[in-house]
Amino acid sequence: MSLAAAIRTRDAAALPSRREEDWRWTDLRGLIRAVPEPSAPVDPREVGQGAFDHLAETSFVVANGYEPARIEVAAGQAAIVSLRFLSRGEGAHAARAEVRLGEGARLRLLETYEGRGGYLAAASLAIGLARGAVLERIVLAGDDPEAVSVSQAEVTLAPAAEFGQVVAASGARRQRIETRVVHPGGGAKLRLDGVYLLDGKRHADLTTVVEHRGVDGITMQMTKGVVRDQARGVFQGRIVVAEGADRTDARMEHHALILGDRAEVDAKPELEIYADDVACSHGNSIGALDQEALFYARQRGIPEPDARALLTEAFIGEVVDRIRFESAREIVRQWAAERLRRG
Amino acid sequence: MLEVSNLHAAVDGQEILKGLSLEVPAGEVHALMGPNGAGKSTLSYVLTGREGYDVTAGSATLDGEDLLALAPDERAARGVFLSFQYPLEIPGVPALTFVRTALNAQRRARGEPELSAPEFLKLARGAAQALKIDFEMLKRPLNVGFSGGEKKRMEILQMAMLSPRFLILDETDSGLDIDALKIVAEGVNALRAPDRAMLIITHYQRLLDYVRPDRVHVLSAGRIVASGGPELAHELEREGYDKYARAA
Repeated sequence: MSLAAAIRTRDAAALPSRREEDWRWTDLRGLIRAVPEPSAPVDPREVGQGAFDHLAETSFVVANGYEPARIEVAAGQAAIVSLRFLSRGEGAHAARAEVRLGEGARLRLLETYEGRGGYLAAASLAIGLARGAVLERIVLAGDDPEAVSVSQAEVTLAPAAEFGQVVAASGARRQRIETRVVHPGGGAKLRLDGVYLLDGKRHADLTTVVEHRGVDGITMQMTKGVVRDQARGVFQGRIVVAEGADRTDARMEHHALILGDRAEVDAKPELEIYADDVACSHGNSIGALDQEALFYARQRGIPEPDARALLTEAFIGEVVDRIRFESAREIVRQWAAERLRRG
Repeated sequence: MLEVSNLHAAVDGQEILKGLSLEVPAGEVHALMGPNGAGKSTLSYVLTGREGYDVTAGSATLDGEDLLALAPDERAARGVFLSFQYPLEIPGVPALTFVRTALNAQRRARGEPELSAPEFLKLARGAAQALKIDFEMLKRPLNVGFSGGEKKRMEILQMAMLSPRFLILDETDSGLDIDALKIVAEGVNALRAPDRAMLIITHYQRLLDYVRPDRVHVLSAGRIVASGGPELAHELEREGYDKYARAA
């Protein structure tokens, strides 16, 4: 079932539940007894500035679901756009956005989830790239710790298109950032990266599904997480290589550090391969900070909290370094440093 | 400088050091030799405060200050440096960043001003040149993908830059070819000073041909069983450790 439909109909029975395999670890049905009242519009004076606004040529704000955003970059054009999903209050709302890139168009999409309150929010994005288009999507998901927020993007690529994404998630009561990509092969390149840094009782779920439908497709995926306190991280990555999608090159990695006895990480990397001639791999590790490296740093004079921060920042840095937009990359790096130094 | 007295230490409840006493005065270089399993590396970890190495009796002081009461980073700020037998790889942290973080943390702990970026880079270039390390290598993640010899040279580079007062070199010669050994030895000799002392832990006498010790101690079964001048190292090289293993 879809969250947006449940919000529209105010039918709690329609919420995604653990009975669906994909929602096993982010069970909304079990969490929410009644869908809250629809959210009221947000006072425009409360909108303020987003984390990326100063980098963007154009800014879109979808506040409490009002006014779907439509972002179009014409063939051969280039743009830097910020897209803010803003949530305020205790109500429920569903937001929508459409992003279309013409042939050879280039877009840097700087997307944020910002909120205050115990809201229930859904965001649906439809993203389409024509042949040779290039999109770098950077998502900073910083919802309220009391909120339930789900973002679902459906991405369609044409041959020779390039889609790169990094999701930086700090979690919420429940937060899920889901990306589904239809990959045509044909030299199209996909990069799906993610970072989740969770503390308190926050929960973040990064789910991706990639379907390779044609020959010569590339997917590179790296997700890293750090969880502490009673936080819970969820990574679900599925790559499906359809029959005949030969010479697909798909690599998926997920690595998490658990820095608290009561923190938890659930990971499900899946490769479903129906083609014969492919190069596919996945790696997954969940563990604690390397005690030997920690002692080594301390022996050189670095106090324990700084040594921990240095090593965890370095762990996350591998993903942050892959962002192909320098100023946005530094904002994400700063975001990570602030969260990691808190612990 | 360093005074270790009747030191007992255990790992996982098993006693490894059994009443070790050792004195290394300022300005001197001492070698600690002994068969595998004698407790050489245990001593280096006990002196630097590694978790899991429990001191059950005895004391260790540096210039009269109780080392064992300090955290590893506090000991480092007091000037204790351990060159690791197996230097760690630190992915994601460029060597320069690592050393600058360490150096400035030590300076803060001592109440000294931090080094500015240009001052630090000048120091790093000088140290790299002296140890024949390509400066570009210092921009790469520390020790990741470095050869055994390169890692050992990086240890000596850190040592030169952090300018410690009491240096422990744990099997620094292992894995070095003769050219690398000479470079490392030169780096170590350059650090000899009247207000510094060194403890060179080694199984073989090879490094001691290039870094001449003032005293040589034999460690066997957790205790110093013999001490002497440099000639003791040659004797051990000729005759092995059997005699001392029996004595213990």
